[in-house]
Amino acid sequence: MSLRSKLESGQFAVSCEFGPVKGTDIHELNENIEILKGKVDAANVTDQQSSVMRMSGLATAALAVQGGLEPIFQMTCRDRNRIALQSDLLGAWVLGIKNVLALTGDMASKGDHPQAKDVFDLDSVTLLATINTLNSGKDLSGNELKGAPDFFSGAVVKVENDTEASFELQIAKMQKKIAAGARFFQTQACYQPKSFEKLMKRADKFGVPVMVGVIPLKNAGSARYMNANVAGIHVPPELIDIMAKAAKEDREKVGIEMAANLIKNMKGMCQGVHIMAVAWEKKVPEIMALAGL
Amino acid sequence: MLYSEQKHFDEVIAYLEKDKSVFIVGCDGCAQSSGSGGPQQVAEMQQKLTEAGKNVTGTKSVDFLCSKALVKSGLRGKVDQIKAADAVLVLTCGIGIQAVAASLNKPVYPGCNTVNLGGSRGEWEGSERCFECGQCLLWHTGGVCPLTACTKSLVSGACGGAKNGKCEVSPDRDCGWELIYTRLKERGNLERLADMMHPLDHRKLRLRPEMIDTPRFAVENFPKPPAPPENPAEEVKAK
Repeated sequence: MSLRSKLESGQFAVSCEFGPVKGTDIHELNENIEILKGKVDAANVTDQQSSVMRMSGLATAALAVQGGLEPIFQMTCRDRNRIALQSDLLGAWVLGIKNVLALTGDMASKGDHPQAKDVFDLDSVTLLATINTLNSGKDLSGNELKGAPDFFSGAVVKVENDTEASFELQIAKMQKKIAAGARFFQTQACYQPKSFEKLMKRADKFGVPVMVGVIPLKNAGSARYMNANVAGIHVPPELIDIMAKAAKEDREKVGIEMAANLIKNMKGMCQGVHIMAVAWEKKVPEIMALAGL
Repeated sequence: MLYSEQKHFDEVIAYLEKDKSVFIVGCDGCAQSSGSGGPQQVAEMQQKLTEAGKNVTGTKSVDFLCSKALVKSGLRGKVDQIKAADAVLVLTCGIGIQAVAASLNKPVYPGCNTVNLGGSRGEWEGSERCFECGQCLLWHTGGVCPLTACTKSLVSGACGGAKNGKCEVSPDRDCGWELIYTRLKERGNLERLADMMHPLDHRKLRLRPEMIDTPRFAVENFPKPPAPPENPAEEVKAK
């Protein structure tokens, strides 16, 4: 069953994430596809995540389709103008890619090619509107398409907000994304079910499925790193403490159990879960089993 | 000189749809030289708005709206007329519009698009910055420019990267969208956050051929464009 039919029929959906390789060796990529297919409903293919140059997400998503794993093709607006974005979207549809996640994207200065030009001709909201326009059989300039796609488009929303303005701006943007055509949301990783509850109190009324984001912790250091460097992630000190106190050989188990518990605590509030096990894709089936999914 | 052009009147009247009364501010600096916001254009705008059924509570031309100090002293005698208006329409460059918006407790709207600043940040430089986008968006954002206040120049809202109100890319800067939120909230204008923005028209950001053929900053020598600027309101409707 596709991600779309699952979410549209109100069933709980599970997605995960894997990144394209830096280089041309797709051996491990194919291994991950093999492990994940049939386990998750769909897998996000990141787009030059953190502005670090890698193989194209479009090619990687096409490999996932070939391998029998349904991809969610992430598209950022950093590297392509509206012509290239539309062109890649049409190509993606023909290659069997049906889900797109629209993102604005980090600035190039944050990545490994900091000299590069940022494009940002479109942003997450106008990209969603563009996908909608292509779905309707036209391009952004109103020209007719010969054959139109029918993408299931999604967007992201951040759970942790440290100011009133930041929270209200998230809600306002979420509504804008829905108006522009978003049919599902994935959240940034959430470690505090209370924060997710606060978001869902408002987001529930929008009637668009939300998949809560979870990142299993590997150790206390990575949690501290995310707190300091990743926008919208806050790992509370008590969880960092648990990781710090775990013996080295237990850490993996403790982190996976923690992720499974977070899923158990939050799955009642939403329509799906998005497990971002960065470079730990192989552990996703185990986390799902522990969380009772 | 900071060169600006008046917005198409259809765009102005569409944005003012819900406002019954308007106060008009003009600039006797560059906007007068640009032919976009001098006393003559203020009087013409007053007439057009009146004909369109708006109550113009008053008008005022100020020398150099780019300075908040001059804005405040220039408008001091007009407080009652400004208070009586639902909105204030400003005919000048993006810097002046932002300076007026920062100075008045009213929704402030742009009547002009800024084409070129001639390398200046205002004749009386303040803290406001203009992107010279030629399609002024300050209607939507409480008179705080999203293109200059947001490091990523995002027009559709915050990226979500801010930490305690500071920008994720430049932590020494305030998050531009949090500034926009605060301004809209103070002015009772939060519904503007729902405005759907169109992607920028990059043609309007490029240096025009006539500018390339002129010494770049001698903007007062620009020949006027032959046709009036296209009407974005119409373009929106057509889509």
